[in-house]
Amino acid sequence: MEAKLLKEREDSVCYNSKNKDKKMKCDGNSVAGSVSQRACVYAGARVVLNPITDAFHLVHGPIGCAAYTWDIRGSLSSESENYRNSYSTDIREKDVIFGGEKKLAAAIDEIVAAHSPKVIFVYSTCIVGVIGDDIEAVCRATEKKYDIRAIPVKAPGFSGNKAVGYRAACNALLSLMGENDSPKVKGINILGDFNLAGEMWIIKNYFKRIGIKVVARITGDSTTDEIKKAPTANLNIVQCAGSMHYLANQMTEKFGIPYINVSFLGLEDIKASLSNIAELTKNEEIIQKTKELILTEEKKIEEILSYYKKRLSGKKVAIYVGGGFKAISLIKQFRELGMETVMVGTQTGKEEDYDIIKEITRVGTVILDDTNPAELEKFILEKKADILVGGVKERPLAYKLGIAFCDHNHERKHALAGFEGAVNFAKEVDLTINSPVWKLL
Amino acid sequence: MLDLTTKETVERKALRINPAKTCQPIGAMYAALGVHGCLPHSHGSQGCCSYHRMQLTRNYKEPVMASTSAFTEGASVFGGGANLKTAVKNIFELYAPEIIAVHTTCLSETIGDDLKTIISQVQSDVPAGKYVIHANTPSYVGSHVTGFSNMVKGFVSYLSVNSGHKNGKVNILPGFIDPGDMRELKRILSVMKIDNILFPDTSGVLDAPMTGTFEMYPLGGTKVMDIIDAGNSKLSIALGTYSAEAAAIELEKKCKVPMKTLSTPIGIEATDRLISELALITHKAVPCSIEEERGQLVDLMLDSQGYFSGKKVAIYGDPDIVAGLTEFVISLGMIPKFIISGTPGETFTREINAILTTNEVEGAVVKSAADLFELHQWIKNEPVDLLMGNTHGKYIARAEDLPFVRVGFPILDRYAHQYFPIVGYKGAIRLIEMMSNAILDKIDRTCAEEDFELVM
Repeated sequence: MEAKLLKEREDSVCYNSKNKDKKMKCDGNSVAGSVSQRACVYAGARVVLNPITDAFHLVHGPIGCAAYTWDIRGSLSSESENYRNSYSTDIREKDVIFGGEKKLAAAIDEIVAAHSPKVIFVYSTCIVGVIGDDIEAVCRATEKKYDIRAIPVKAPGFSGNKAVGYRAACNALLSLMGENDSPKVKGINILGDFNLAGEMWIIKNYFKRIGIKVVARITGDSTTDEIKKAPTANLNIVQCAGSMHYLANQMTEKFGIPYINVSFLGLEDIKASLSNIAELTKNEEIIQKTKELILTEEKKIEEILSYYKKRLSGKKVAIYVGGGFKAISLIKQFRELGMETVMVGTQTGKEEDYDIIKEITRVGTVILDDTNPAELEKFILEKKADILVGGVKERPLAYKLGIAFCDHNHERKHALAGFEGAVNFAKEVDLTINSPVWKLL
Repeated sequence: MLDLTTKETVERKALRINPAKTCQPIGAMYAALGVHGCLPHSHGSQGCCSYHRMQLTRNYKEPVMASTSAFTEGASVFGGGANLKTAVKNIFELYAPEIIAVHTTCLSETIGDDLKTIISQVQSDVPAGKYVIHANTPSYVGSHVTGFSNMVKGFVSYLSVNSGHKNGKVNILPGFIDPGDMRELKRILSVMKIDNILFPDTSGVLDAPMTGTFEMYPLGGTKVMDIIDAGNSKLSIALGTYSAEAAAIELEKKCKVPMKTLSTPIGIEATDRLISELALITHKAVPCSIEEERGQLVDLMLDSQGYFSGKKVAIYGDPDIVAGLTEFVISLGMIPKFIISGTPGETFTREINAILTTNEVEGAVVKSAADLFELHQWIKNEPVDLLMGNTHGKYIARAEDLPFVRVGFPILDRYAHQYFPIVGYKGAIRLIEMMSNAILDKIDRTCAEEDFELVM
């Protein structure tokens, strides 16, 4: 089938011409009738909050919303595994007609009776938005009745895109933090790492080694108590900017905590991020230890990385990921492996992200926002990409097109962050690009 | 995580923990993928479509194409008609399907979009010879099984016609089973030389081969013309009351095609019933090769019986599949102890209880609209020897160290299942292989050294 572009999509797709005045159309809604790769507001809220391990995540809606998000994030926990259970009100027709508030309140009562929760996040879904259940009122009543936190997460699917859901999650986090005016400690919060394949553990360990205290992890492997302490940190480091910029800004305003953007993907970004954080402490010992850590870690992986670089150099990459920040890191990381990005797109990238992408990619690179399989196919073939980086829905598409694939989303099985992550990444890319199976095609 | 599952059971009226079902639209999407050249379309927020595609991709490890009306707040207030109109136009322009199969969501149902009217209004954007059909699939009614059934029925309502010219064929409505199962049914029908229309048919779509090119519409799937022609068939056989019967009833009502409902042919007895029915149609003896498969199955049942006899089983999943498995484990000498379905409806408990009564099995707990949390609690109170159901049972299996056979939908954590059947005699042979492997692996892994045996 000849791939075509919809007229409505023309401003969301371009070849990089280094023209700074032409802005990408992004952060909007998907075109009706597109095979969008995007999720909804609820999905955005759920992925951000779900990694909080000891919370009860109660989905107020029909069963699907709970079923599709049941333990699929791949975030790991070092303590409670409660978040890996699925709680919902399983709304039925009767509830749609007569309202679901009573059922929600009863479900909360049942959780309290059997499991003594500390914090319940109550997610609203499309239908709750339409039938007008007041989940805020139910949550307020719950807090009055029991000595627990019940935090509404207003996430009707239709009320915007995934980024709106991120904001709903951030508001829930702010609500959990409350009005904490405890004295500040010397320490940081890590925002926007979800501990996929244990990545938070790698990063936290670096901070332990260089002598920086981590106050709260938001949200990978964290607990509700940990997040409550977040307002006492004196710096926020923000990794998944798409989901966490809003929270970082709010925390600056509310708690006076400054933030910096960081990335632990790829050597260039890891080194820059660690050094920047160390510099900000103005503590010579920390700065020195950071230099040592970078030297030691880089030395450890030098040989193995150059082995992979030899095997991968010259290959062409197509990237389609969730946020702009990750895309930017990946472009740089591939360059470290001698690989050039020929196509790059995101689901929820912002105008600024696309400006940076234009700056760091070559002229002629295809840049697209909220794309679909038809466009992916068209540009992968046109630009002769050797590998696609994406999420679950893109994997079989890449394979059918006869090119390699790397999951940089929830289904990653090996940590991709940090120095050891950089090796895992190179190894995964090599595994798929140089798979013996391609010879059989 | 499973420490949270308390042994003490408390009755829950409002809270669902760890469901054994999901919502209607994904079943509708799966059914629509079984029609050749069909693009399933989700009339709701973009998240629904994305979730269903993701889940089906995780299950079948195949590209799953479907489009969305991408509802915004405006659509939720003013109705989604405009979105669907734009969508239909865009889809035919960009993706060029033969047919668009629209299913609703809880959102479009609740705001009251009248799909029939909207579809009649978009006909000017439908190219000649192409179709737009729909099924109502409110997520708050039934389950994914209901959605599958509604969509298959929707195809019939829109497409099937009795032209007055009998085609001599038999309609086979396979129900919500895997591509490998549909392939197996087609093989059996071909061996028995029965001219048939099987629909939907996801074989060749969700088990498509790797060719180096991406096909938006793979070779498989029931052709639209065959669904139209289904109105001229001499008989419809629905395999499963929950997932297949509704479409056969619709064919009878609309096109006067007589119908018969049989169980999903899982296990020896249900397969016997299907084969006898098919033999009646052909007026011929059952082919030797089918007799041979049955003989192999019986042989295997005898060989392995020592490991099954008297063992207790917990089975969960979709009603038609669970009914088949229940009957089958009884024929293996096992005791079905807990039999649940997440899908609501008393038909399930009635059907299972009938099987239990016929076979004089007592003491089983049967429940529809149940969930895996309560199943786990029951197992904690009365342990079983084998657990059978979809991927989500792996938590229970690990916590209780149970032999576990993955069967049903979804299976997210194992490979190749879409290529193999559980239906027919061949499917029963495969089930025995999986069940005995699970049981024997546990014995090998946990038995005392002095009991460790080479020959089992």
